[in-house]
Amino acid sequence: MNLLQIHEPGSTPDPHAGETELAIGIDLGTTNTVAAVATPEGPEVLRAADGAGLLPSVVHYRADGGVEVGAEALAALIDDPTHVVASIKRLMGRGAEDVRSLAGHLPFEIVPGAGMVRLKIRDRLLTPVEVSAEILRAAKARAEQDLGRPVARAVVTVPAYFDDAARVATKDAARLAGLEVLRLVNEPTAAALAYGLDKQAEGVFAIYDLGGGTFDISLLRLEKGVFQVLATGGDTALGGDDFDHAIAERFLAERSGKLSAGEAKQALLLARRAKEELSGKERGSWRLDLGGRASNHSLDRATLEDMIAPAVNRSLAIVRGVLADAGLEPSQIDGVVLVGGSTRLPLVRRRIAELFGRPALADIDPDEVVALGAALQARALTCGSDTLLLDVIPLSLGLETMGGIVEKIVDRNTPIPVAKAQVFTTYQDGQTGMLLHVVQGERETVDQCRSLARFELKGFPPMTAGAARIKVTFAVDADGLLSVEAEEETHHVRAGIEVRPSYGLSDDDMARMLRDSMENAEDDMRRRLLIEARVDADRVLQALDAAMAADRALASEDERAAIAAAAERLKALKAGEDRELITAAIEALEKTALPFAQRRIDRAIGQALSGRSLDEVEASMAIGAASRPGATGAASAEAGS
Amino acid sequence: MTALAESDGGIVACWSCRGPVAALALFCHTCGAVQPPRQLDHFQRLGLERGFEVDLAELDRRYFGLQRNLHPDRFARRGAKERAIAESQAASLNQAYETLKEPLARAAYLLELAGRRSAAAHAATVDDAELLNEAMENREALMEAEDNAAIDRIARKAKDSAEACLAELSLAFRRNDIEGADRLATRLRYWQKLAEEARGKRRLMEGTAI
Repeated sequence: MNLLQIHEPGSTPDPHAGETELAIGIDLGTTNTVAAVATPEGPEVLRAADGAGLLPSVVHYRADGGVEVGAEALAALIDDPTHVVASIKRLMGRGAEDVRSLAGHLPFEIVPGAGMVRLKIRDRLLTPVEVSAEILRAAKARAEQDLGRPVARAVVTVPAYFDDAARVATKDAARLAGLEVLRLVNEPTAAALAYGLDKQAEGVFAIYDLGGGTFDISLLRLEKGVFQVLATGGDTALGGDDFDHAIAERFLAERSGKLSAGEAKQALLLARRAKEELSGKERGSWRLDLGGRASNHSLDRATLEDMIAPAVNRSLAIVRGVLADAGLEPSQIDGVVLVGGSTRLPLVRRRIAELFGRPALADIDPDEVVALGAALQARALTCGSDTLLLDVIPLSLGLETMGGIVEKIVDRNTPIPVAKAQVFTTYQDGQTGMLLHVVQGERETVDQCRSLARFELKGFPPMTAGAARIKVTFAVDADGLLSVEAEEETHHVRAGIEVRPSYGLSDDDMARMLRDSMENAEDDMRRRLLIEARVDADRVLQALDAAMAADRALASEDERAAIAAAAERLKALKAGEDRELITAAIEALEKTALPFAQRRIDRAIGQALSGRSLDEVEASMAIGAASRPGATGAASAEAGS
Repeated sequence: MTALAESDGGIVACWSCRGPVAALALFCHTCGAVQPPRQLDHFQRLGLERGFEVDLAELDRRYFGLQRNLHPDRFARRGAKERAIAESQAASLNQAYETLKEPLARAAYLLELAGRRSAAAHAATVDDAELLNEAMENREALMEAEDNAAIDRIARKAKDSAEACLAELSLAFRRNDIEGADRLATRLRYWQKLAEEARGKRRLMEGTAI
């Protein structure tokens, strides 16, 4: 359903409104990134001039300081592998501790520092956020070229299993690339949207997503146009890349000699080709030409399947676990959707069909399906929709308590947004402060969970142990991002943080990066604030029009003239570019209209007290308005007349 | 202005047009702006009668219906204030829905409304000797179980006992026997936990600890 656009008679719509309307969907993948746009005719992938839809998620930092993304960067892997970054998604939101196990597998130096890891490439220290921003910037440029118009807003997809830190990092990357994220959507959910499951009968669907680097399984329930994520599970280190490595290792074991980083990459590319070709044929032979020495390697599908079976089995065991979490049997699933290039493997399709007792949906390209769904969601958010997406939190959130035990505050699979509070107390006499350690994960002890943030609540008066009442509130927004607040309730001492955790970037970092990497960033930021002020001005003007239409008689002639003058001033300033003037005009208008508003309240209370059941009247009106979400202008005009 | 004081006739000021709005209204009838969530218990918020028996289909219908109108995605094109209000509305709805959906959480909430801090909801000391004995025996049996069949037997027992517990719990609430309900809710919590542990052990045996 389209939102109503309300114009003053004779006035033209905001000339800037058009450019903010269009929003695209981006699947920021480990291996490839895809952008798509939805029109009334349906979603389509945005392509480069040569028709390519997949943008390899690979970034090359050239000696001359230039940056290449995509196919060119992929090509540079052979000649200049130590300056090419691939699979950066695996490092999103990771700290140095998390990636220690990867050390040695990466062709560049990882520099531990405060919080997020940094990659040392040439003389630059880069965060995964900056690298991802390069990919998003390239995707944005491709979209703009294909569409022939600027794009400022996007729905970006993330694995359902992404934790808070990785989600924050993804949003930061988009911001750096000059994209406002309308919503982070879980990849499997986007896939379900692409298949139009939201338009189908009701039921429970499983989305099996085996990509290059990650595996995800999500169970979605569809009911009355509402999509609900019932449960999710996955493994952030399971995917097609592992298959490529296994094949490459097999090939390399068949020949001798040490390899350079570039040669290793070449072996991997060949392994990948072998894997892909074995989906279509039973056996084949591949020629590996490295360092002037060639060798032939043959492989058949049965052997390949033996090699990858443990990984596929692992994914199926996770599927069974998630089904058990949701209290469902495989036979109760009404449909299975396949996502990710690795689901082209015949073994994967066979095993899934066996488990669920039915073949999976696979007629949309598994590499494009997520971006197409993201585009549909972007359109739903900007143009209105009958479908609503309700997400759950993928991992439990909690606090460290005595002895390193985790007290869970928000359980995983709780629908978001959510706000939950719990009261804690002090354990020492005279304690005047408390260190709060926010963690994420399913395990009982802190060292087995991921540390998200630490902050201190201090300055409450000393009390005996157990006397303080410290209320800690966890709030998770619709994108799955967390903020935590603590308050000592008897003395009202507060502290809080938005979890831009040790792994995220501080606002200072962000500002610096924006300055460093984008000349337009400040303009973009100013522009966004300006648009926000204009939206607020429109709201106030509409609200006042509606109130005036309802209770005109409660304002004196002079008041009406003053209000009209203030409204005109606001309208005039709204067309301008000065946000502060607009904000001031909003305040002035609200102040001018305040006595009128107060009179309306007094009269309503008077009527309620004199026996008229206004509650009932209003309750019925409220339901009327509620049935037309977004159409507030129309609802108010109707109710007020 | 959120308290429903007698003196204001259930009228509060709309944050957007500053005019009157019924304290329970979700949207202002004059300007259409979404209103912040008020202090309501979870049953009131979802328009259900307070009690242990909840029609789950009706609960879903009301929750989805409200969420369709109040979820922040519905306000993606509107100002930051409206989005923030929608967010808190949706969060309140989610909390109410989560609490009422699961019988154990619902029971604990009803006990809380009745002024009883139940061991079913908190890590409190359990003083049900019979339950403690049973718990020890079953946990030992689970620890010693070496094959899937043995684990499944324990899981089945836990499931059946939980179901029986649920039926009794419903009766206790109907009789307004708060003490009995508290005891049964604690037992229910225990049986559900045992069933979960059995599932966990099975998963472990299959080689996937997640």
